[in-house]
Amino acid sequence: MMAKTFTMSATKPSLESLIRLLALLAGVALLVVGLLFPLVAMLVKSLQDRAGDFIGLANFVQYFQTPALVNSIVNSLRVALMTTVVVVGLAFVCAYGITRTCMPGKRLFRMLAILPILAPSLLPAISLVYLFGNQGFLRDVLAGHSIYGPIGIVMGMSFWIFPHALMLLTTALTNSDARLYEAAEALGTPKWRTFLTITLPGVRYGLISCLFVVFTLAITDFGVPKIIGGQFSVLATDVYRQVVGQQNFQMGAVVSVILLLPAVLSFIVDRWIQRRQVAQLSARAVPWQPTPSPLRDWVFTLLCYAVAGAIVLVIGTAMYASLVQFWPYNLSITFVHYTFQGMADGGWGAWFNSLKLAFSVAVVGTLVIFFNAWLIEKSEGYRPLRQGLHFMAMLPMAVPGMVLGLAYIFFFNQAGNPFNWLYGTLMILVLNTLIHFYTVCHLTSVTALKQLDPEFEAVGASLKVPFWTTFCRVTLPVSLPAVLDISVYLFVNAMTTVSAVVFLYNSDTRLASVAVLHLDEAGYFASAAAMAVLIFLTSLVVKLLHTALTHVLLNNAQRWRMA
Amino acid sequence: MITRRLFPSTLLAGSVAVALASTVLAANAQATELTVYTAVESDDLQKYAERFNAAHPDIEINWVRDSTGVITARLLAEKDNPQADVIWGLAATSLLVLEDEGMLERYAPAGVENLDPKFVDAAYRDGEDPAWVGMDAWVAAICYNTIEGERQGVPMPTSWEDLTKPEFEGHVIMPNPNSSGTGYLDVASWLQLWGEEQGWDYMDRLHDNIARYTHSGSAPCSLAATGETVVGVSFAFRGARLKSQGAPIEVVFPEEGLGWDMEASAMVAGTDKQEAAQTLLDWSISREANELYNEGYAVVAYPGVAQPIDNYPVDITERMIDADFKWAAVNRERVLAEWQRRYDGKTEQ
Repeated sequence: MMAKTFTMSATKPSLESLIRLLALLAGVALLVVGLLFPLVAMLVKSLQDRAGDFIGLANFVQYFQTPALVNSIVNSLRVALMTTVVVVGLAFVCAYGITRTCMPGKRLFRMLAILPILAPSLLPAISLVYLFGNQGFLRDVLAGHSIYGPIGIVMGMSFWIFPHALMLLTTALTNSDARLYEAAEALGTPKWRTFLTITLPGVRYGLISCLFVVFTLAITDFGVPKIIGGQFSVLATDVYRQVVGQQNFQMGAVVSVILLLPAVLSFIVDRWIQRRQVAQLSARAVPWQPTPSPLRDWVFTLLCYAVAGAIVLVIGTAMYASLVQFWPYNLSITFVHYTFQGMADGGWGAWFNSLKLAFSVAVVGTLVIFFNAWLIEKSEGYRPLRQGLHFMAMLPMAVPGMVLGLAYIFFFNQAGNPFNWLYGTLMILVLNTLIHFYTVCHLTSVTALKQLDPEFEAVGASLKVPFWTTFCRVTLPVSLPAVLDISVYLFVNAMTTVSAVVFLYNSDTRLASVAVLHLDEAGYFASAAAMAVLIFLTSLVVKLLHTALTHVLLNNAQRWRMA
Repeated sequence: MITRRLFPSTLLAGSVAVALASTVLAANAQATELTVYTAVESDDLQKYAERFNAAHPDIEINWVRDSTGVITARLLAEKDNPQADVIWGLAATSLLVLEDEGMLERYAPAGVENLDPKFVDAAYRDGEDPAWVGMDAWVAAICYNTIEGERQGVPMPTSWEDLTKPEFEGHVIMPNPNSSGTGYLDVASWLQLWGEEQGWDYMDRLHDNIARYTHSGSAPCSLAATGETVVGVSFAFRGARLKSQGAPIEVVFPEEGLGWDMEASAMVAGTDKQEAAQTLLDWSISREANELYNEGYAVVAYPGVAQPIDNYPVDITERMIDADFKWAAVNRERVLAEWQRRYDGKTEQ
């Protein structure tokens, strides 16, 4: 009842509702300028010739007549599908172990499994060379196959995408209704049948959504195929070759548009599934608790820790690589690579810049994204605006970093663009990174906000408190765990991202992640490994701080959650 | 309650950190600042700025450094609104592309007449101001890992032709000309050295021995240095540098002749810092600057400056082919398309 009265009073035109409208418009403007306009500039480019004249689809026709280019579509699909099968398979087993068994050491496993997210994607690529390259310790495992090619790409991508899949599937498997399992047991249903008829259908939406997320991440990734792909070309490296190798921006734009297609397609399918996913858990559902079963628990412990072991091995190898004098011919240990002699004005300066970027993105991005999500979720009226904002917030997921970076040059560096002054500043890097990682933060915000009772806003309004006060005093503090999650996610990604920023950094905004690329290109493999490790350790420290802070918060200020 | 107090303080700490960071960076903005785009190897960049500042402390250089391809792509993408004031150290073939787009400001640096005419834009000989002036030569070379060569029974090559012999099969790595300037330098020089028909025939045979093509020009040599491959087709600077770092490699200069490109400098059209840009260009062709280039490169633009340096042959100038940069620039698109058609369509199994 109360909510309804609130609705009526809020739609009355007032100063407050005007400010709400302005805030919504500002949110829309941010995504229009930071995402839509650059993408349109990219599309336009793909329809022009070198002189900038409109030539319709001629570039696309030329693209499909060049076998070398078309080949990459098949290659990309191939490695993306292989990665999806490997990652989702492993992640499902591990998520099942976490949620449905009594395996020991779950907390440790979850910590180890999350580690790859903290590292730049070049780190696994460097480690894989040390492990499986021609001089690698485990070279014989590949039985004569080369690590430089599809095998290396799938391994490297699996490493960094695994945590994403694990998180999604753990969430999906956590929601279960014990009553169904009790019924199955009472009826004497065999375990495998219970799995096929209760467990799988219960997680089907989560599983399908996970499949598409993994596929999108795999097909748009640039870092791993660039370092370890050899001459096995995929769409993401084709963009790079067209633009950087041949300065053929038009063809680069064409490949970008083609690269957008599978990503957009998987995005649409994902949206469609999300819409069909109605609450499967009724309020009467009883959460299922696993009971100990020694054989099953040990099998899953073994499987999970095998995966964790592989992750630790990859990270450990990179650390070792950063400490060896001259691998493989002089194996003495040294810290000299951490002085970054291969870098012009010091690698530590680049590291500091990255820190600055990461902090800015974490602070600004968290506030902006969470506030926008709140406007979408908790406002009344302006429905088209709110839906439009939500749709645009979902788009960045489908846009590969390299495409976004290039689109930014095309758009922001046009003569006469009023946002021209942004170009070459730290702010454009902040904007670019914020937009690049918008979707996941948006979804986290929405999930957190959906858990909150809408009556907070209603009560606030009936007490004649303006909405921003309610937001600052109630909504934001109450959602603090999610807000912290978002800020750490943004911090870590700003530290590790390469593909989008490689076109945008400037003389005083060189970044650590770009430095890894430069050091690797110049043959300073050990220094490249050292910088990658440095980024990893920085992210790790921030992540640990975050964990500690969240722990304190949950204990002291979020007691209501336990109730 | 606790949360309410906690939140603003976290936020405050964050913004203070950001604000502090920006002040620190803004503090050293006194002298004229020049934005200089470069592809000079990152290990030498600091040295270049220091030497220049010893002579001209009032001009501060803000480097934007990336590989030849990325820097060229950025310059072209920024064409309507150039960010760079000066380009110091970019392949002449890239500068020819930029000149074609009208992005370079013609300027004859003081003392340009002292340079070897080969190293100055040809327009200068016709009485015009040059669009670009050269610094040093970037010479093709082969990096050969002696330890792996012996272990795997691959002899040290002495010529380009050697690389097509059966014993080299699967042991040769070269840069992809579609993404690397060094790779294109190799392809263009073979085509100029032997003519188109024989040149492509050579590459057909070479392709059968190539283990893979890399994205960067340094990579093949670095991979030879760490024993990932036995033979890497790369350039002399990286080979010599890696050898002095202790890599078990020999830098081989094939006997048929050495392809090369030139590192060169130019002023970007439309810069509002003409005077400082001219000062930098004047210095970049001085004897002193050429002595600096000579620390990494055996062949420099200023005659009589070059001292022989470690790991380079003494007669390297005679062994460099008579490279036609104009040809390389004009035919670039066609050659790359043909290369892609021949060798790129084939996927790795």
